[in-house]
Amino acid sequence: MSEAQLFEGESQEEIHRPLMEKVVAICFILSVVGTIGLGVTYWLGGQPQVEGGFLFLALGGIGVGIVSWGKYLVPQGPYVQERHEMKSAPEDIDAMHASLSRGLGQVGRRKFLLRLLGGAVGVFGIINLFPFLRSLGPVPGKSLFVTNWKHGSELVTADGRVVLASDLEVGGVMTVFPKGFEGEPTNAIDQVILVRAADYNLVTRPGRETWGPQGYLAFSKVCTHAGCPVGLYEELTQQLLCPCHQSLFDVLTGATNVFGPAPRPLPQLPLYIDSDGVLRSQSGFNEPVGPGFWERGA
Amino acid sequence: MSTLEERAVGAADFADERLGVAKFARNSFNKIFPDHWSFMLGEIALYSFVILIFTGVFLTLFFVPSQHMIVYHGSYAPLRGQKMSEAYASTLNISFNVRAGLVMRQIHHWAADVFIAAIVVHLLRIFFTGAYRKPRELNWIIGSSLLILAIVNGFIGYSLPDDLVSGTGIRIAFSIILSIPVIGSYLAFFVFGSNFPGTAIIPRFFIIHVLILPAIIAALIGAHLAIMWHQKHTQYPGKGRTNRNVVGIPFWPAYALQAGGFFFITSAVIAALGGFVQINPIWLYGPYIPYKVSYAVQPDWYMGWLDGALRLMPSWEAVFGPTYGGHMIPNVFFPAVLLPGITFGLIFAWPWIEKRFSKDNQEHNICDRPREHPVRTSVGVGILMFYIVLFLASATDVLANTFETSLNLMLWTLRIMLFVLPLVAGTVTYLLLREMSQLPSIGEPKTPVEIRRGIDGSFAFGELALHEVDEEILELPEEVAYRSLVGGNGNGHAPHVSEDGEERSSEVGDEHGVFEVPRD
Repeated sequence: MSEAQLFEGESQEEIHRPLMEKVVAICFILSVVGTIGLGVTYWLGGQPQVEGGFLFLALGGIGVGIVSWGKYLVPQGPYVQERHEMKSAPEDIDAMHASLSRGLGQVGRRKFLLRLLGGAVGVFGIINLFPFLRSLGPVPGKSLFVTNWKHGSELVTADGRVVLASDLEVGGVMTVFPKGFEGEPTNAIDQVILVRAADYNLVTRPGRETWGPQGYLAFSKVCTHAGCPVGLYEELTQQLLCPCHQSLFDVLTGATNVFGPAPRPLPQLPLYIDSDGVLRSQSGFNEPVGPGFWERGA
Repeated sequence: MSTLEERAVGAADFADERLGVAKFARNSFNKIFPDHWSFMLGEIALYSFVILIFTGVFLTLFFVPSQHMIVYHGSYAPLRGQKMSEAYASTLNISFNVRAGLVMRQIHHWAADVFIAAIVVHLLRIFFTGAYRKPRELNWIIGSSLLILAIVNGFIGYSLPDDLVSGTGIRIAFSIILSIPVIGSYLAFFVFGSNFPGTAIIPRFFIIHVLILPAIIAALIGAHLAIMWHQKHTQYPGKGRTNRNVVGIPFWPAYALQAGGFFFITSAVIAALGGFVQINPIWLYGPYIPYKVSYAVQPDWYMGWLDGALRLMPSWEAVFGPTYGGHMIPNVFFPAVLLPGITFGLIFAWPWIEKRFSKDNQEHNICDRPREHPVRTSVGVGILMFYIVLFLASATDVLANTFETSLNLMLWTLRIMLFVLPLVAGTVTYLLLREMSQLPSIGEPKTPVEIRRGIDGSFAFGELALHEVDEEILELPEEVAYRSLVGGNGNGHAPHVSEDGEERSSEVGDEHGVFEVPRD
């Protein structure tokens, strides 16, 4: 038997399944119909649901057709094949070891040069890593400790309107910023939630006797857990809820963290009302706002 | 010879004369692939990735990765006149003005969710059947790395539209980076280019999402497949299947057609999801404004376990010293940095952890049945249960609403369940499997029983004879012919499979003719 003969016609296992051939044909035809439908939909301006449906038909027709072809119209065996252990033959392994050692011997004997090379590459990496990182952004410095709130900052709304002592009803709530910092990006850190309690002489904690004039209490709106805005105020229980991870803060006791993962109360901003009836901050916060970081303590 | 065949042979010759591909191609065409539905899970992941590339390229043509604030004047009336970033505005534009834009966006999003789901289920299949054992530890590492990269890239892609929900997610990501001891604040500032929010994160996320991570993922998928190809796929135990052979369908044409067709089927299903099932309707959320927040929103499913861990964590943090001058390991570090670190550390180390106990350094090409390994399976079920509870915990608010109970009760229930349920699930699994191993008929096919009803209403039972499908396992004729030509120097010598499925070798020898292949 010649070589050509040996390979020819050996694997011509014919599979006769006229029905399955028809199924495959119908699948491909359905696909064409789907694609035309998709084209028409697109031509007419597009519509997501119709596009999805026609894509399903177009792709699904091809897919089911090919898989049926591969499963029912060509031989499935099962066939068997030998599998070798991954490990190479011993003489190959020995040869690898020998070559590896040869090279290592030739290079490794110059220990001083090797160390010098290691040093050069290491120094290059380390020295260049720093400028690379440093170019990405500024070092934090003290910026995590401070906000733009300072003595006399007027409270303004997001659109810059000054907040007067007459603006909030008892039980009302609004988000405020220090005047001049109500826009992006400073509003992310400076945001404060202003609540008006029924008790005009409310003292949230000892030492905060003057912080809440006429029941106005102001707290950093940045959650001490993961930094989300503590955006939901439950008037009935007088609690602030962070919708991200369900931390609850009790307003009347100084936004104490009473439930959930938040580890610290929301920092309170001391307020006063000036002679024009404008709400202002007595000073900045007396602790960093927002989630924790390494450089701060309790 | 038909013209098609002539042309194909001509092309093959062209390639062979220039690249010498004949040997590799012959080997590949004749490669035998074991067939089982569970082997298609990885395929779904691969095909989802291809769909992600196609739809992703389309989206990059219209997306503007910029946090520059503009006033919206587009076609979506409810948001006209609002201030928003160009990223958000361009996503609205893709959704409402680019023809077929919305369906592409939704297919892209669904494909990402399916991609990661397929990877996770694929990983579970590999775990419970012990397919990570020698010689496949490297592919286990590559696959696990792909899971991490897929989750990270999924999160970053989800963040790009800069809507209210994903923007809040970015805020949490900043806090998580910030929480890393010693270097956290520096790292967060370097990643974001400033304190939160800055104006650099969307452009940076964009280039990571569309270039850096996809390139790494594509390279790792290539390595993953090449290793699988080289090592040959594992197979389940069965008639004629041994540790030293592969039984299944040939790559060409049966496997190639089935796998190629399955790509289209996967695409079709994801396209239908993208068309019919709305996902991430960002126009309803509004643009990201740092002091606004939305209620009852969950991240994409694959971030659920992390979100749940953040919620279940008690309100502790490690504090050293006063506010100014002291140090702190923040609360979020434990659930959002330490937990994922331990999770993936455990996944990476698992093959070696098991090896430590099993002292098993043999090659394994036959998959285990989960029931045959009660310890591994019950440990796996227990650990899986832990993450399922964490996943549920990402919806504490929704669950509390659904069951009309308090958040407090929900939280404490889940905190307790987090530790109790894995123990219960693991123990029950272990006891069940031990019980099953006692049953003599386990794994045997059930004998069908015939029930006959007589004319008088009586019933007669009788066992039906099982006519076993006697499948004959052959070699591909071309392989036999090739070997007879080159004298047993093909892809190894002929394994003859006898009736009882035992392999008996006619001759011993390998490609070098000297080295004896160890056989079991």
